Amino acid sequence: MAKLVYDNTGRLLFTREMKEEYTLLMPQMLPVHFGMMKKLLECEGYKVDMLTTNHRGIVDEGLKYVHNDTCYPALLVIGQLIDAVKHGGYDPHKVGLLITQTGGGCRASNYIHLLRKALEKADMAYIPVVSVNLSGLEKNPGFSLTLPFVRKAVYAMMYGDIIVNVANQVRPYEVEPGSADAMIDTWSQRLVDGFQAGKGMSRRQMRANFDEICSDFAAIPVAGDPKIRVGVVGEIYVKFAPLGNNNLEKFLLSEGVEPVVPGLTDFIIFKIYNRVADVELYGGKWIKKAGCTLFMRYIEACQRDMIAALEQSGRFRAPGTFQDLHNLVRGYLGDGNKMGEGWLLTAEMLELIHSGTNNIVCTQPFGCLPNHIVGKGMIRKLKDEYPYSNVVAIDYDPGATRINQENRIKLMLANAKGLARQEPVRPREEPQAVREPQLAHANI
Amino acid sequence: MSLRVGIDIGSTTVKVVVLSEQDKLLFRSYERHFSKTRERALETLNSIRDLLAGQEIKVTITGSAGLGVADAAGIDFVQEVYATAAAVNTYIPDTDAVIELGGEDAKIIFFGGALEERMNGSCAGGTGAFIDQMATLMNVTVSELDELSLKHEKIYPIASRCGVFAKSDIQPILNQGGRKEDIAASIFQAVVDQTVAGLTQGRELKGKIVFLGGPLHFLMGLRQRFVETLKLDGDHAVFPADGDCFAAMGAALCATDYAPVPFETVLKKLEDSANTATVVDTMPPLFTGREEYEAFLERHNSAGGPDLLPINGYNGDAYLGIDAGSTTTKIVLITAGGDLLYQYYHSNQGNPVAIVLEQLKEIYKLCGLPYDNHIVIKGAAVTGYGEDLIKNAFSCDLGLVETMAHYKAAAFFDPQVDFIIDIGGQDMKCFKIRNGAVDSIMLNEACSSGCGSFIETFAKALGYEIEDFAKLGLFTQKPVNLGSRCTVFMNSSVKQAQKDGASVEDISAGLSISIVKNAIYKVIRAASADDLGRHIVVQGGTFYNDAVLRAFEQEIGREVTRPDIAGSMGAFGAALAARDLHLEKSALLSREALEHFTHTAKPATCGLCTNHCSLTVNSFDGGRRFVSGNRCSRPLGEEPSRLPDLMRYKYAKLRALHGTGSGDGSRGKIGIPFGLNMYENLPFWFELFTRLNFEVVLSPESSRKLYLKGQRTIPSDTVCYPAKLLHGHVEALVEAGVDAIFYPCMPYNFDEGAGDNNYNCPVVAYYPELLAANVPELKQTRYLYPYFGLHRPRDMERKAGEWFFNEFHIPKRETAAAVKAAYTAYDAYKNDLRSTGRAYIDRARAEGRPILVVAGRPYHMDPEINHGINDLITSYGFVLVTEDAVAWLEDKAPRHVLNQWTYHARMYNAARYVCAQPDMEVIQLVSFGCGIDAITGDEMRSILETGGKLYTQLKIDDINNLGAVKIRIRSLMAAIEARKIP
Repeated sequence: MAKLVYDNTGRLLFTREMKEEYTLLMPQMLPVHFGMMKKLLECEGYKVDMLTTNHRGIVDEGLKYVHNDTCYPALLVIGQLIDAVKHGGYDPHKVGLLITQTGGGCRASNYIHLLRKALEKADMAYIPVVSVNLSGLEKNPGFSLTLPFVRKAVYAMMYGDIIVNVANQVRPYEVEPGSADAMIDTWSQRLVDGFQAGKGMSRRQMRANFDEICSDFAAIPVAGDPKIRVGVVGEIYVKFAPLGNNNLEKFLLSEGVEPVVPGLTDFIIFKIYNRVADVELYGGKWIKKAGCTLFMRYIEACQRDMIAALEQSGRFRAPGTFQDLHNLVRGYLGDGNKMGEGWLLTAEMLELIHSGTNNIVCTQPFGCLPNHIVGKGMIRKLKDEYPYSNVVAIDYDPGATRINQENRIKLMLANAKGLARQEPVRPREEPQAVREPQLAHANI
Repeated sequence: MSLRVGIDIGSTTVKVVVLSEQDKLLFRSYERHFSKTRERALETLNSIRDLLAGQEIKVTITGSAGLGVADAAGIDFVQEVYATAAAVNTYIPDTDAVIELGGEDAKIIFFGGALEERMNGSCAGGTGAFIDQMATLMNVTVSELDELSLKHEKIYPIASRCGVFAKSDIQPILNQGGRKEDIAASIFQAVVDQTVAGLTQGRELKGKIVFLGGPLHFLMGLRQRFVETLKLDGDHAVFPADGDCFAAMGAALCATDYAPVPFETVLKKLEDSANTATVVDTMPPLFTGREEYEAFLERHNSAGGPDLLPINGYNGDAYLGIDAGSTTTKIVLITAGGDLLYQYYHSNQGNPVAIVLEQLKEIYKLCGLPYDNHIVIKGAAVTGYGEDLIKNAFSCDLGLVETMAHYKAAAFFDPQVDFIIDIGGQDMKCFKIRNGAVDSIMLNEACSSGCGSFIETFAKALGYEIEDFAKLGLFTQKPVNLGSRCTVFMNSSVKQAQKDGASVEDISAGLSISIVKNAIYKVIRAASADDLGRHIVVQGGTFYNDAVLRAFEQEIGREVTRPDIAGSMGAFGAALAARDLHLEKSALLSREALEHFTHTAKPATCGLCTNHCSLTVNSFDGGRRFVSGNRCSRPLGEEPSRLPDLMRYKYAKLRALHGTGSGDGSRGKIGIPFGLNMYENLPFWFELFTRLNFEVVLSPESSRKLYLKGQRTIPSDTVCYPAKLLHGHVEALVEAGVDAIFYPCMPYNFDEGAGDNNYNCPVVAYYPELLAANVPELKQTRYLYPYFGLHRPRDMERKAGEWFFNEFHIPKRETAAAVKAAYTAYDAYKNDLRSTGRAYIDRARAEGRPILVVAGRPYHMDPEINHGINDLITSYGFVLVTEDAVAWLEDKAPRHVLNQWTYHARMYNAARYVCAQPDMEVIQLVSFGCGIDAITGDEMRSILETGGKLYTQLKIDDINNLGAVKIRIRSLMAAIEARKIP
């Protein structure tokens, strides 16, 4: 059995030995993205399980071991991990926990510490906790993010984003219920198989895959008139994780609208850009700025590939680029607004409004600090400048009930219909007729 | 065309209307449903069979509890705000805005321009249910409350954010003798403030405003408060005749678009949906059956305790204990051996003095004839919220803090007791006992006070007496999981459960379990039974409730002791304390004195300083007077003698930083809002601007008035109070006519080397941007809110140089010099604080006084934010210094949390420093809604408890009463005392 080794601050390390013996448990936030990340980690030789549990016991464990005023995502993620260790059939002495750590002035950077405190409270301090971050926080001998791995992760993220994007545009209209989800499974498996064979991880191959993904999803039979579109923005966990937002997407679908959920890529670029902005605003090492700029440019280029594929599919709406979003938010928030989702959240709302999705659910954990500013704090200005914007802020919390949340969303949807009638004549972007998909990069 | 029926199923009532083809109201009803939503609707429909039988009707359902019914029955649903808007459009077409208050929701609709419809957020509960709760609290009916309010003379400031807060504001006023009339009106004013603040969110309420919903329909006092607050005249304040049914009327109007159905089909659909109930979220039952319950009762009833002696047969000395609690008054009379002669437990009905008077007379009567007292009362002690008032009114020998009273009582039952939990009407108190002294005190925060009175109000709302209601849940097999948060959340959890078809039994059990979970996980923060103790005594009236007791034992998996006088333990402990005084003669008012006892209470506002305390002047017969609500001794006619107080010192020093300083002010006036990070960085900015020849104008001192000025532009009602105050500050600066307002965004603070990073919290960092987006007045001025980082002095010189050149054409070299001077000024300020702190500590030691380190954020020194807590602390004999006066004496050390905020790093270091100082204690100030303190609080506790110190946290908000604060400080003092005795 692996020895417990501590660093000089008393932190339990994840050793090379543990890498051989232990199973790493990771929470799930975006099913498609994280599913592929898991596979990638497995390719690196880790044993990994992604937790997909969703039951009340998770919240109860969270309430028990995490300060109840801490934000809801921390409570859920930690509750889910502890629930899995206790009841998931693992040998508690043979698991490690994987958790992301963003760094930054939001209290979310404390998740990992809260997790350790919770483990201590639960008498399981012998379980190593591994930080996944790009800031160089907390190194472990048995776990490292190598550059090739980061590159693959970027690809997984891009694939995840495009798949989720096109699936969201197909699902509300699919003739055969479940066909979009089936296609997601097919593609996730295919991409992962590709990763294992070393395929799909160059830009050229990615472009080809993008085109194929678009055409495969476009080929799913659809029917019906265009539905009202509802954007979903917010704190990253409750925005994406069904566990965090009470299955918001499913609820929206059941209400007969089309959910539009901006992807993860912008958030990643945003987090890298923040380092650049820090140097610009307050001074700092040029090398840090240059390095980050380079990394950012690379992901932005990948993002442009994705947008190009969507645009040229002739079937799907494409999101704006990171720079588009950044341009939109000027006059609202400064470049230095970086804690949590920072200016990106407002930018996403603006981008949704500009692309004809006036109706938005802005999700946040109850009492989320950055969202006081970038979420609820910007709705007034949005309403002033875009009178037909229709944003509802919804709080998520172990005590907040689904009925209250759904009633408020229903109000927003009723508003959406009212506003649609009230709105003066203006060019509406009619969804283009389905036509034969053109392959964006067919000749490359 | 057919008749249209609208059914509005709200959180407490069902409204049914029938509209004719000409939109005329043919039938309307408004009835409470006591959580039997579907049955109530069905009953009403059956009662109008004559009107509808055999017809095809169009029907839709609306309302917060209507969704479930509609889904289950397959009847069309329309969202209630939308329905209301439709009704207003039809019946009162030229309306500009609608305010609708319902049982638990508040809604606002703006017409004109783009339609805007909003409901209260998840935290801003209250409204109808809130008014019900308040009426229960004051022991009047809602209509009596209304009548009372019309006769008010003054209005007390009552926290308007959420019902629970208001409640903890009202209780002390009640207990200290405030007039019911004034409190009634203040309650309504709180509802008005909450609605205006929480819902308008920056859009102005003007023009013709229609008021709807049950409370606004029935309560004239509430109407009056709205009309006065919004300054409306008769033409612009519309209270339609059927204002309580508008949503239902709207639903009927919306039904126009749907296909008609035979009336009988509708009835059948509603009937058939009865069995579709699905309770998704349930918990194990409290008892599996009768037998288990009997065994449980048997065990608790044999717990032993003081005997109840017949008072008539007893001769000798006796001791009186009074617990003037928040909602109930408890009185016991005991013998020297602790046996009970007399016991009384009753709701104080908002007037504890009258209750105690009546009871004392009764006790004297039982003590024997005037010339032949077979029982002599040799000591009387009082504890609880109303301690001061009762002590003064009846001249008791001793007043003691509740925690000590409870410990004394618990130790009587189990001398080995190591953990006590007391859940009363309003408070939850938990404390650990180590080596015979109270070691760690946990009190519920204002937010989670879903204690006894909550379950009682709920019982009444559902049409039950509390005893019956609690018993209902004992044998249900599927208690519903209601979460473990505050009252407001529980209300909506119950709504959800109702929607899912949970029975009253399931809800009753669920509420009992919620109270327990709240206590264990939120107040005590325990993960296992061992975090509590081995010898646990549970007490407080709430534990008479077997369901709560059972839930508690189940949750911690350990058997506990419930004394048979669980509800009177405070009084019992007080009586024991009175006994231990060993007095020859008690000073308690004699039988004769009670005969001409009189008591009047008058409200007053103290004008002796800027605190403007709301006083209640209690006058008794013979000219005795007792003033409550004061923070210092000035209104009592005494000059306050102040002990050294570094908060006061810092505050005065910062407030002096205005004017032209060393410059000539020729470049114009710069307004600086006096809030948040300015409490730390002002010395820097002041020096910078005055060096550059600007005149610095500070916004006025914070006050409730200033808060109200900016209240309507606050977009997020759950942000902390210090941030909310900023709205008023910037508006005041705009009014002051400055040339520009400067309020920089600062994600980073100074790097003091004590943490892993030097962040500000997100709210402090970015609030300037929020103000820009939400305060329309700022468009009238030049509002400057650039990003600056003071943590990199050389870069700052360069960045400031560029910025001042771009904004004001100031030569970069001039700015560079000013920045250097600003850093020097800031350092000088800090050094001065440190040396003054040192001097205070030295003085305290020379005089042998205890030192209290108040750890919080710099802005907690604002008297409007801390509500004069510093004065209170020094009035108890402490010398007060702030965390930054001692934090620098410690180096950086690894922490169990990410130590990345400058202000928090100071708190950790201050706590570490105090651990090594025998004469120092720490109190942590926490603003309600501060998410970061959820993290720092636990860490502070662990530092202090590891270091053998007590952890005391004071949570502060816009709440203006110091009752809860006093209990904490006095408990701390009592614990310090107890520790001194070896």
